[in-house]
Amino acid sequence: MSVSKDQVRHIAKLARIAMSDEEIERLVPELNGIIGWVEQLGEVNTDGVEPLTAVIDQKLRLREDAVTDGNCRDEVLANAPEAQHGFFAVPKVIE
Amino acid sequence: MADAGAPFRIEGDTGEWEVVVGLEVHAQITATASKLFSGAATAFGAEPNTQVSLVDAAMPGMLPVPNKECIRQAVRTGMALDAKINRWSRFDRKNYFYADLPQGYQISQLYHPLVGEGEVEVLVDDKDDSSAKTIGIERIHVEQDAGKLMHDQHPTMSYVDLNRSGVALMEIVSRPDMRSPAEAGAYLRKLRAVLRYVGSCDGNMEEGSMRADVNVSVRKPGDEFGTRTETKNVNSVRFVMQVIEHEARRQVELIEAGGTIVQETRLFDPDKGVTRSLRSKEDAHDYRYFPDPDLLPLELDDAFLEECRGSLPELPDAKRKRYEAQGITPYNAGVLTAEVETARWFDALLDAGAEAKQAANWVVAELFGALNRRGESIENNPVTPAAAAELLRLVADGTISGTIAKQVFEIMLESGEGAAAIVEERGLKQTSDTGAIDAEIDRILAANADKVEQYKAGKQALFGFFVGQTMKAMQGKANPQVVNERLRAKLG
Repeated sequence: MSVSKDQVRHIAKLARIAMSDEEIERLVPELNGIIGWVEQLGEVNTDGVEPLTAVIDQKLRLREDAVTDGNCRDEVLANAPEAQHGFFAVPKVIE
Repeated sequence: MADAGAPFRIEGDTGEWEVVVGLEVHAQITATASKLFSGAATAFGAEPNTQVSLVDAAMPGMLPVPNKECIRQAVRTGMALDAKINRWSRFDRKNYFYADLPQGYQISQLYHPLVGEGEVEVLVDDKDDSSAKTIGIERIHVEQDAGKLMHDQHPTMSYVDLNRSGVALMEIVSRPDMRSPAEAGAYLRKLRAVLRYVGSCDGNMEEGSMRADVNVSVRKPGDEFGTRTETKNVNSVRFVMQVIEHEARRQVELIEAGGTIVQETRLFDPDKGVTRSLRSKEDAHDYRYFPDPDLLPLELDDAFLEECRGSLPELPDAKRKRYEAQGITPYNAGVLTAEVETARWFDALLDAGAEAKQAANWVVAELFGALNRRGESIENNPVTPAAAAELLRLVADGTISGTIAKQVFEIMLESGEGAAAIVEERGLKQTSDTGAIDAEIDRILAANADKVEQYKAGKQALFGFFVGQTMKAMQGKANPQVVNERLRAKLG
């Protein structure tokens, strides 16, 4: 499997990352290198092997329903490029 | 009005069209105090961004931990809808980029949902048992809600409130089994009732705790399914019905004019009653789902499932059947079970010893009338079930007449006094004293000699007039049965 320039452009657009043609040019072989490296896993025969969801055999832990968090608006907004009246303020987005 | 049996059809230039509807209902799990994957609060109407943890704001390195109660409520809901509960399910990431979604993905369940197939039986016409129809449920999965955007607060900025971010939703996906606006309305109402009985969701559509994505397509009866459109986030039963009506007509007109339906997302404009296309994005549905590596598969054991099942209340269908078996009319049984608060109050009335049929008639006719007039709901009604049972007992054993019962009930509503005390204090006991009744009858017949003549000449309807006059003269306290007997005897 490999990716094309168009696919890289598409993925960048979905993630709202602006990329120049030069950057995309450079990324295509880099991504294909990564994909090729990971694809070596496909050489292992996994017929009849259950998919492994975690390396340690443990179950998903659930928590009790209790309010133990939140109420920290200043911290939440601290790194926002812009905040007004307790809201995050972002460039207007209307569908 | 078409009769209930006639199928709903859109009349086009080329003949009749059938509409096919499926609903995806997003129901907030309002039973929990905290969010699906964080300990932040979920109460409605808080100051912006005060119910947001660092998990909900998607700060790097935060780990989601599922809320057990959210899972429990979704499982109970699935059981109430006769659905298959999957003991092994998993969370997936649905990736998209939007300002109300700080993670850049929604944690949802695509491949292995918590709840599988189920079904709901609805009455399309709630006065007609023969209008029953079964609507299939395809699945129910658990997912996070997004934050809220406000566009009208600033000329160039949108404001983001993440209080809703991470709140638990159940997405209840129906099969495309509905064929008319009325069926979709009946399905939604029934679903809402079941959720409210179970207690998993308060069903409050105004506050957004229940909203529907409406899938609509049209076809010639008997043909394959047509291409569907999806109208998002419709927040009332009436609007859902309007969307279906409007969207079906729009599609028929478009097809008959030679156009084709494109599978797209639309928005409903409640002011104009129309749907419009959202800016069509070629990659809008490229969600790149994959299992969320932060979360192990969710496995449920027998003890958990047994507790879920054991804690289910009597559901609307079962309750309705029980009421009907106790002699209550199907219509009254439907009215009494439609809202969980009414059913609870009525059950308490039966527990207090009221006779089922009499109690049902009284609640539907008298109590509802009074509550409407006073603008009160059944939960904050000043008359308790025990007090109402006392009143009904006085009618049932002949202590007071039905007419007097209405007066006594009004006094109860105003003063909060007990029925027996009111009757005693004001001397409202019904009398079967034939001497007193006869005396009044004689006086009335003498004063209305002309009407007596007419009656004897065949004008039977006047009998009611004589009964009314006698009851009036007795200030409503005469036993109506005795009055009838005596009048018949005297009029010959």
